[in-house]
Amino acid sequence: MSVGVVYYPGSNCEQDAVHAARLVGLEAGTVWHRDTDLSRYEALIIAGGFSYGDHLRAGALARFSPVMGAMERYVADGGMVLGICNGFQVLVEAGLLPGALMPNAGLKFRCQDLLMRVERNDLPYTRACAEGQVLRLNMAHYEGCFYVDELTAQRLEKNGQIAMRFCGPRGERASRFNPNGSVNDIAAVSDESGRVMGLMPHPERCMEPALGSDDGRYIFNSLREAIVARRSISDEQPLASAAGTGQASLAQQTQQVLQGEPEVALDV
Amino acid sequence: MSNTGSNVVEALTAPLSDTAQATPIAGGAVADETSAVEHGMTAEEFARICHILGRSPNATELGMYSVMWSEHCSYKSSKVHLRTLPTDGPAVLLGPGENAGAVDLGNGLAGVFKVESHNHPSYIEPYQGAATGVGGILRDIFTMGARPLALLNSLRFGLLQTAKNRFLLEGVVGGIAGYGNCMGVPTVGGEVYFDSSYDHNPLVNVMCFGVVAANDIVKARADGVGNPVIYVGAKTGRDGIYGVSLLASATFDAEATEKRPAVQVGDPFTEKLLMEACLEICERGLLVGMQDMGGAGLTCATSEMASNSGTGMEIDIAKVPRREADMSAYEVMLSESQERMMLVCEPDRLEQVLGVFDKWELDAVVVGSVTDDGNVRVLEGGELVANVPAQSLAEEGPCYDRPFSPPAEHPELRASDLFTAPVAADSQGGTDAGGSLDEPIAAVDVLLALVADPTLSSKRWIFQQYDQTVRFNTIQRPGGDAAVVRLERTPRAVALSLDGNPWFAGLDPRRGAALAVAEACRNVACTGAQPLAITNCLNFGSPEEPDRMGQFAAAVAGMSEACRELGVPVTGGNVSFYNETVELPILPTPVIGALGLLADGAMSVPSGFQRPGDSVWLLGAFDGSSSESAVAGEEIDDAGLGGSAYVRLFHESRPGAVPGLDLGLEARLQRLLVAAAADGLLHSAHDCADGGLAVALAECCFHGADAERTDAQQASGVLEGIDDIGLSLLGADLELPGVNAHANHVEIAALLFGERPTRVVASVAREQQAELERLAAELEVPAVRIGHVTGVDALELESSTGPGPAEPGSDGSDRSNTRSAASPACGPLAPRLTIRGGGSGLLDHSCNDLYRAWASSLAAAMEGK
Repeated sequence: MSVGVVYYPGSNCEQDAVHAARLVGLEAGTVWHRDTDLSRYEALIIAGGFSYGDHLRAGALARFSPVMGAMERYVADGGMVLGICNGFQVLVEAGLLPGALMPNAGLKFRCQDLLMRVERNDLPYTRACAEGQVLRLNMAHYEGCFYVDELTAQRLEKNGQIAMRFCGPRGERASRFNPNGSVNDIAAVSDESGRVMGLMPHPERCMEPALGSDDGRYIFNSLREAIVARRSISDEQPLASAAGTGQASLAQQTQQVLQGEPEVALDV
Repeated sequence: MSNTGSNVVEALTAPLSDTAQATPIAGGAVADETSAVEHGMTAEEFARICHILGRSPNATELGMYSVMWSEHCSYKSSKVHLRTLPTDGPAVLLGPGENAGAVDLGNGLAGVFKVESHNHPSYIEPYQGAATGVGGILRDIFTMGARPLALLNSLRFGLLQTAKNRFLLEGVVGGIAGYGNCMGVPTVGGEVYFDSSYDHNPLVNVMCFGVVAANDIVKARADGVGNPVIYVGAKTGRDGIYGVSLLASATFDAEATEKRPAVQVGDPFTEKLLMEACLEICERGLLVGMQDMGGAGLTCATSEMASNSGTGMEIDIAKVPRREADMSAYEVMLSESQERMMLVCEPDRLEQVLGVFDKWELDAVVVGSVTDDGNVRVLEGGELVANVPAQSLAEEGPCYDRPFSPPAEHPELRASDLFTAPVAADSQGGTDAGGSLDEPIAAVDVLLALVADPTLSSKRWIFQQYDQTVRFNTIQRPGGDAAVVRLERTPRAVALSLDGNPWFAGLDPRRGAALAVAEACRNVACTGAQPLAITNCLNFGSPEEPDRMGQFAAAVAGMSEACRELGVPVTGGNVSFYNETVELPILPTPVIGALGLLADGAMSVPSGFQRPGDSVWLLGAFDGSSSESAVAGEEIDDAGLGGSAYVRLFHESRPGAVPGLDLGLEARLQRLLVAAAADGLLHSAHDCADGGLAVALAECCFHGADAERTDAQQASGVLEGIDDIGLSLLGADLELPGVNAHANHVEIAALLFGERPTRVVASVAREQQAELERLAAELEVPAVRIGHVTGVDALELESSTGPGPAEPGSDGSDRSNTRSAASPACGPLAPRLTIRGGGSGLLDHSCNDLYRAWASSLAAAMEGK
């Protein structure tokens, strides 16, 4: 199994994420929150929704579910984890990503399309994007205002952990293009390794032009490339099998993520 | 398995017809006529209960009858009329009677859909009232084993100048969003009207659509004597007692808000778990039957399941999980605590069923078993606390043919009315519309006022709060004629629409209801979908008042007539009476929900213009307008101005008569829309409804753009940066045919703002317009080309006489790309809506300006501006 989509009681986008992964040719299935054996997955996605009804705070209860201990080990062992919407909130609550997600500026749930600019195109989730590319995605959330204090924000900028930012059609930044009030227009943030990333918008809902946008494919294609690249490295095959942009940085990245990593399941 | 056979029980299970059982059972004191009246029942109804039981009921039993025989549950005042509705058709799998109706969507799939009201609770506590309304309709759908795929809502409020009404709208929208979003079911459409008749009685009608394999529809049945009865979900509390009897089935008074404890409180998280668990159990075929415990709670579930199967049921309420320890039998049986279900399965499946509930961390308890004596027997521990025939509760409620008086007729408007009528105050914001019509207001000012009227303006402020896209199936989101939702794992899609113009129904309930059916089906057909069936929610005042009952009877007759002519059966519905508080009833408000089927969702037609250069056509009841009635000031009929938004804003005291409806032409127009869409001829199709032709044309110019909006609408409600966010606003350059050169301003108003039904604005590639014209002629639908769509390069197009600019996708095959092909329509060459007629200009205005007025007005109104 390539991709495991983790879901909790109250998640509601797990099927969407499985479907999106399959659309780009990845094998994918769901992982119930009580599962603690994650060894067969090459990457994890934490699905959106309202885990535990968002009681207390979005993601605050999900972080205590059985799968989370296994996920921390998975990440420590070099695993890739993408958190979408509520999944982002869970990763932040679990301390796998920095910051906090507060209620949107305007204090209302918002569902709309938005634009975001790719700041780093060398992550497992962005490597199929061009640098500075503007993606059109859909968002649907109430607690999506990403907050970190100023010092942390500077550190994130310095470390290159800002993966994407809200923007206008030409990639320009302005407060009106920031739909939830996130600090520095941050739309997607990664951990220091780049292997864990969270974003509030839903790439899995944007896989077909008939549904408004297919820019979500860039994210899922990136993930597929990253998985394929890992397999080739593990097989000691030439990296060229993962054709695409930014291969130098990709190689660095992949070596980085493979440090200390045990065997990767290769059979599909 | 549940208890049976204590000595006490056996002693009390003598046949009920045995009048010797004069000894009352436990479950509260013996009830009398006075307590029956306190329960909202009549003396006759109480006598009937005594006759059925052969004794006086105890308090618990009286409570059970009072809820099951309430207007809400028994349809006692509406049944005689509802029976006249057409309910059969080739697509109908299940008509009225089950939790929801079901239609055949092909490939063995059944579409299940229904509307429910939650009006009174939403007035008392808007957030919870609306939230539990959503929870209730979702349960109705998944109780049948169907996965809910879409929600829509139809809302009515008083005018937003009042802080209370803004509070209600804010709370209701918040409640719908809070519940539906958490459930992971997209809210894809709806409609809102504002009228002062809803000041003390807002309407919250929610529609849900779901899908199930046709062979796997689950019914509310309790077959198989000895089968266990399972209670699952939330614990039972004291909330919602009397919800159906005192909230939904009685007129409100000034103390209405004191009934707040009767409003249920929703927990969408529990409902989400309940839904997933129940659907998993249904998919695995583990069930005999299932019923939700919403209105009338345990009483409803036990009696309906047993009655539907001709069996009985015995439950021990001591086993029912409770929130509070000291609840009486009466309270447990009448509680309307949300998120609870009752299931019946075969004994050897019990373990598997309970295993699924355990996975989803839900409380599930066997509370009883199916019996064969036709009674609902309720025990508490060893003690019998209620024992009544199931059928008498569920089926044998009273049925009234209440007296009614026919609604008053409103004469048609005459031109002289509009010449002499004072102009209404500028009550809804918008532009300064002062002065008398003797000095006519410029058409563009009327249009600006209309598009900024909260009822006609963009509802983005509302639907932005709803998750519209979860489950990646929403092809057309809110804002168009109908929502289009793809069916999972097939190319097929359904189109869904909710409609009910209350001003039409207020003036003429019969024609108003027929118009609502026609509009709902037309909206569905505009997307290219074949209308299959309708459901409805009939919101009226007290049935005990002959004039309100007359409105109801007329509306049902009108709905029936339209359904027969258009060939769309009614598969279910909901009646909400007693919508009157303080002194006045609401406008009679029949709301129609239509469902249509598209063979290929990717071929669905959007409502807004898509591409500069396309030809604009009017389809349907356009007949050359005022060319026959020549002389200014002559007494002409109102040409569709009666009941219109124009008259409401500018001539409020002269409502006029509702426009006529030619159902034959309506059916042909809808056939044309479906056929033209299937042939890929239409780039857009939009119904002319509220605000008439001019508003429809303006909406065509910005609907495509609104779907593209990605900017954050500023909290101030003012749209900033509209000129540089890349909106592809389009324009149109149009010449209306058959306009008399000497037309007076009333005739022009009728032409631009009259709301005659059965009209659609369509855009089509120039190369394909001949084909559209041929198809229209074949189906005998009037069709006329009135101009073309313009963009930034409008001037260039103006001078061009040949075919439109060569662009990819001119064959309509890759319409999805055409929007991005259009350049941002801003700056000095910003698009304009230009309408000429009779040799002179009627209206010419910047689309950006119109869009601003339309897009920002609701948000501004909610800010109290």
